[in-house]
Amino acid sequence: MAPISDDNKQPVESGDLPNVGESRRDFLVKSTRVAAGLGVAALLGDLGNWALSYAADKEPIKIGVLHSLSGTMAISEVSLRDVVLMAVEEINAKGGVMGRKIEPVVVDPASNWDLFAEKAKQLLLVDKVAVVFGCWTSVSRKSVLPVFEKNNGLLFYPVQYEGEECSHNVFYTGAAVNQQAVPAVEYLMSKEGGGFKKFYLLGTDYVYPRTTNKILRAMLLAKKVPAANIMEEYTPFHHQDYQTIVGKVKKFAAGGGAAVISTINGDSNVPFYKEFANQGLRAEDAPIMAFSVAEDELRGMDTTALVGHLAAWNYYQSVDTPQNKQFVANFKAYCKKHNLPDGEKRVTDDPIEAAYFGVHVWKQAVEKAGKTDVDAVRKAVYGQKFLAPGGEIKMDEANHHTHKPVLIGEILKDGQFKTVWRSKGLVKPEPWSEYTNPDKGCDWIGHQGTYQKKA
Amino acid sequence: MKLLRIAMLGMLVLGGTVVAGAAEEPTTAPSAQAAPVSLEQALKDLASEDAAVQDAAVQLLIARGDAGLLPKLEAMRADGDRSLRMAIKPVMDLLKNKTKLASSEAEDRRSAAADMATLGHPIVLVWLEAARPMEQDRWVRYTIEESIGLIKLASDDPAVKAAAATKLGELHSQNAVPALKELAGPAAIPGQEPAIGSGAGEPSPEQALVAKAAREAIERIETWGSWTSAIETLFRGISLSSVLLLMALGLAIIFGLMGVINMAHGEFMMLGAYATFLTQEGFKALLPPGLFDYYFLLALPCSFLAAGLFGLLLEASLIRFLYGRPLETLLATWGVSLILIQGARVVFGDLTSVVAPSWLSGGMQVMVGVQLPYNRLFIIALASVCVLGIYFLLFRTGVGLKVRAVMQNRNMSACLAIPTRKVDAYTFAFGSGLAGLAGCALTLIGNVEPGLGQNYIVDSFMVVVTGGVGKLAGTIVASLGIGGLNKLLEPSFGAVYGKVFILVLVVLFLQWRPSGLFTIKGRHVES
Repeated sequence: MAPISDDNKQPVESGDLPNVGESRRDFLVKSTRVAAGLGVAALLGDLGNWALSYAADKEPIKIGVLHSLSGTMAISEVSLRDVVLMAVEEINAKGGVMGRKIEPVVVDPASNWDLFAEKAKQLLLVDKVAVVFGCWTSVSRKSVLPVFEKNNGLLFYPVQYEGEECSHNVFYTGAAVNQQAVPAVEYLMSKEGGGFKKFYLLGTDYVYPRTTNKILRAMLLAKKVPAANIMEEYTPFHHQDYQTIVGKVKKFAAGGGAAVISTINGDSNVPFYKEFANQGLRAEDAPIMAFSVAEDELRGMDTTALVGHLAAWNYYQSVDTPQNKQFVANFKAYCKKHNLPDGEKRVTDDPIEAAYFGVHVWKQAVEKAGKTDVDAVRKAVYGQKFLAPGGEIKMDEANHHTHKPVLIGEILKDGQFKTVWRSKGLVKPEPWSEYTNPDKGCDWIGHQGTYQKKA
Repeated sequence: MKLLRIAMLGMLVLGGTVVAGAAEEPTTAPSAQAAPVSLEQALKDLASEDAAVQDAAVQLLIARGDAGLLPKLEAMRADGDRSLRMAIKPVMDLLKNKTKLASSEAEDRRSAAADMATLGHPIVLVWLEAARPMEQDRWVRYTIEESIGLIKLASDDPAVKAAAATKLGELHSQNAVPALKELAGPAAIPGQEPAIGSGAGEPSPEQALVAKAAREAIERIETWGSWTSAIETLFRGISLSSVLLLMALGLAIIFGLMGVINMAHGEFMMLGAYATFLTQEGFKALLPPGLFDYYFLLALPCSFLAAGLFGLLLEASLIRFLYGRPLETLLATWGVSLILIQGARVVFGDLTSVVAPSWLSGGMQVMVGVQLPYNRLFIIALASVCVLGIYFLLFRTGVGLKVRAVMQNRNMSACLAIPTRKVDAYTFAFGSGLAGLAGCALTLIGNVEPGLGQNYIVDSFMVVVTGGVGKLAGTIVASLGIGGLNKLLEPSFGAVYGKVFILVLVVLFLQWRPSGLFTIKGRHVES
C-alpha cells in the first residue's frame, strides 16, 4: 500500500530482532533454562504478532499534522498539534480505526506560507497520508489549497475563517462568518445584548478582517444602520501604538450606543486593550466584541484590561457539559504526561475543540466508508454527527462546513469566558454570506461546488 | 398621560424629599392595591404573571432596595424565566449603581454616575442630585453633573431641556452631542412629538428656544473638542516619540557611536522585558502582596543590568572579533537574535504577562475630554531621564571623554593609553543596557513575547539613520519628528497608510540628506 512506509518499517522491526536475540543469548549463558524458555517464548510471541499484523493488512494509517511549531504562529498552532495527537492517542488506545492504529506524521511549516504548500506536498506525495489536519491563518490555507485539490488530498481546517471558499478537498470544522461574526453583531443590536447602534469595525490588515468587515458592513446597512454609524479601520500586523485609534473610538462612542467589533490579530491585542482601559474607556461605554481572542491567547495576557469585554465563539472551556469536563481534564493530563510546556496550566478553546472533533469525525467517516480512500471518506463525512465537548455538532450534508452552536462570552479575570448568550440549537454554515453574495451557494451534492442560486 | 409624566418629573426634580412618595406611587400601576408593602413581598411579586403587580414590585425595589438585595436577585435571575430576567435586570442595574455611587473609590463613583445617565429611570436623577453636593472629587462631580444634564435633556419640559442643553454646553460634554444634535437639527423639531406642538408644521416658541440652546451648546462643545484633540495629538506625538527615543538610544550608541550594526538590538529589549517579568514573578512569590506595586521600580535596574551583562558577554565572545567588518557583524548578530528568540520561546513558553502596577494603570484627567495615561507619562519621563543621563555620562565624566575619544580616533586614543578594548566593551554593554530599559518600559504598553524585539527594530534603525549616525542630538530630533509626524498623519490617513507615508518621507529625506539630520562636522578618521 505504502512502499515508503514499508521500507521504513522493516528495518526498524528487523533491527529490533537481532538485538533482542543477542541480549537473550547473553542472558542464556548466565541464567537458568526456565528463563531462557520464557525469553524464547516472548520472542516468538513478538514475531507472531508482527507477522500477523502484516498478514492481515493491519499496518497503521498515516495522517498528517500540518501546524506551525516555530515562528510567529507557533503560539497558537502548537496547541492544535497537541490536541490532534491527543485525539490520535485516544483513538489508538481504543483499538484504532477499523482495528488499525493511526500513525501521525508531524511536520513544521514554521509560519512560512510557502513552506506550508511544500510540506503539504510532502505529506501527500511522499508520506502518502490519508488525511491532513492543519493550518491556522487563511493565507496558509490558501497556499495549500491548490496542493490538496491537485492531488485529491483531504484537509480538516479547524479555525474560524472569512468564508467565500468551497473546496472539495477541505472540511471546515471552524465557524463560517454566519456562525460567529454575524450572530455576534446581531446580538449586540438586540435588546438583550444592549441595543447598540454604532459600530467601530477594527481589524488587522489582511484577508480575514477585511472580508468579515465587508460582510458585517453589508449586514449593518441591510439592517438600516446609517453609514455614518459604521467606522472601519485597519492596522498593520504587530501594530503597537493604539493611541490615535482609541482616541477615535472615544469620540465615536461619546453619547453611548457604540460597540467595537475587533478582528485584531495576535500580539496587537494587548496594546489595544491596555490603551483602551488607560484612556478611561470601559466595557460599559463601548464593549469590544472580539473574534480572535480565545482562552489560549488570554493565557499570555494581563487580563485586567480585558475583563467585561466580549468574544464570540462556538465553544468555551467553561461550557458545562460532562464530555467537556472530561475533555479539558484529558487535555491537561495529556500535556502534563508528555511534558509539554506549561503542562497542567494549559487551556482549551474553540480552535482546539474544532481540531479535536475533526479527528473524530474523520475516524467515524473512515469506519462508515470502510476504507481510507479520500473520495469514499468524503462522502461518509457528509451528515456525520459527533458529540463534541461543546455539544453535538453535525457536518453539513453538502457544503463541507460544520453545523455548530454560537456562544457569546464575557471575559473574566481568570482568562475564562462566561457564556452570556447561546444560539438556539445549531447554526447552519453559509460559506457565502447572504449579505454580500446572496446569489452564491456551496453544494457538492446537487452542484459542483460553488453555484449560482436561482432568484 | 404626558402631563402626568411631566408633573412627576417636576416633582422628582424638586429634591430628595419626594423620593419615597414618588416611588411608592408607581406611575404606571393602574390600581393602588397592586403596590406591595414590603421588600420580601416585592421580591415575590416579581415573579407574578400580572404585569402591573410585577411593575409595582420593580418600582418598590428600586426605591427602597440596597446592595443587600443583589445576591437574592442574582439567585432569582439564575433560575428565572425570560420575563423575570427582563424585569430583574433594570432593578439590578439601578441598585448596583446606587451602591457604587456611595463607594469610597472615586473611580467607582464616577462609573456609576456615567452609567446612570443611560439607565433611563427617573429615580436616578434624585440619587444624583443628592450625591452632587457631597462629592469632593472634581471629576466625579463633573460626571454627576453631566449625567444630570443628559437625563434632563430627555425631559418633556422645554424649559428644563433648554437649561440642560446650556449646562451641557458649559460642561463641554462630548457625550451630549448626539442628543443635542437631535434637538438642534431641523428634522427633530416639528412632527416628532405631534401631541405637544400647536400644529404639525410650525415649531412652538419653546421648541425653537430649545433648538437654539442646543445649537449653541454644540458649537461650544465642538470648539472645545478641537482644542482637546489638538492637545491629545500633541501628547500622542510626544508619547510615541519617547517610545521611539527609548528604543533608539541604545542603538544610537552601539550603531551610531561604535559603528556596529547590531541586529540583536530588539532582542536586548526582549531580555529587558523578560527581566521585568521575572522581577514581577519574584515579587509575587517572595514578598507580601502589598509590596507588589513597587516591583516595577526594581525591574528597571534589573532589566538594565540583565541586558547590559548579556551585552558584555556578547561583546567579549563575538562582537570584538568582528570590529570593522560590518557585514559579518550584521549576519552574526542576526543569528544571535534568532537564537535568542527561539531560546525565549523554549524557556518561557507563552505564559508571560506583565501586569502594570496599579499606579501606572489608568490615566490623569487634566481637562474635560483629555485623559493622559500614566504609563505614557512614565515613559516620557523615563526617556527624558535617559537622555539627560547619557549626556551627563558622555560629556561630563572622564569615562565619557574616553568613549568619545575612542569613537573619534581609535589609534590616537590607544597611543594616549586609553584602554580601547575595555572602552568598547563598556560602551556596548551600556547600549545594550539601555535597550533592556526600553524593553522594561515597553511591557507597560504591549505584550511580553519572544518576538517583541522584531516589532521595534526597524523603527529604531529608522530613527537612528534619519537622525544622523553618530549624533545623539540627531536621534532625539528624529524620534520627535517621526513620532510627531506619525501621530499627525494617522488620524487622516489611518494606521497603515500613515506608516507607509512616514517611510516614504524618510526615504525622500535620506535622498536629500544621505547622512541624516545631523552630521559630524570636521575631519573624521573613518570617513
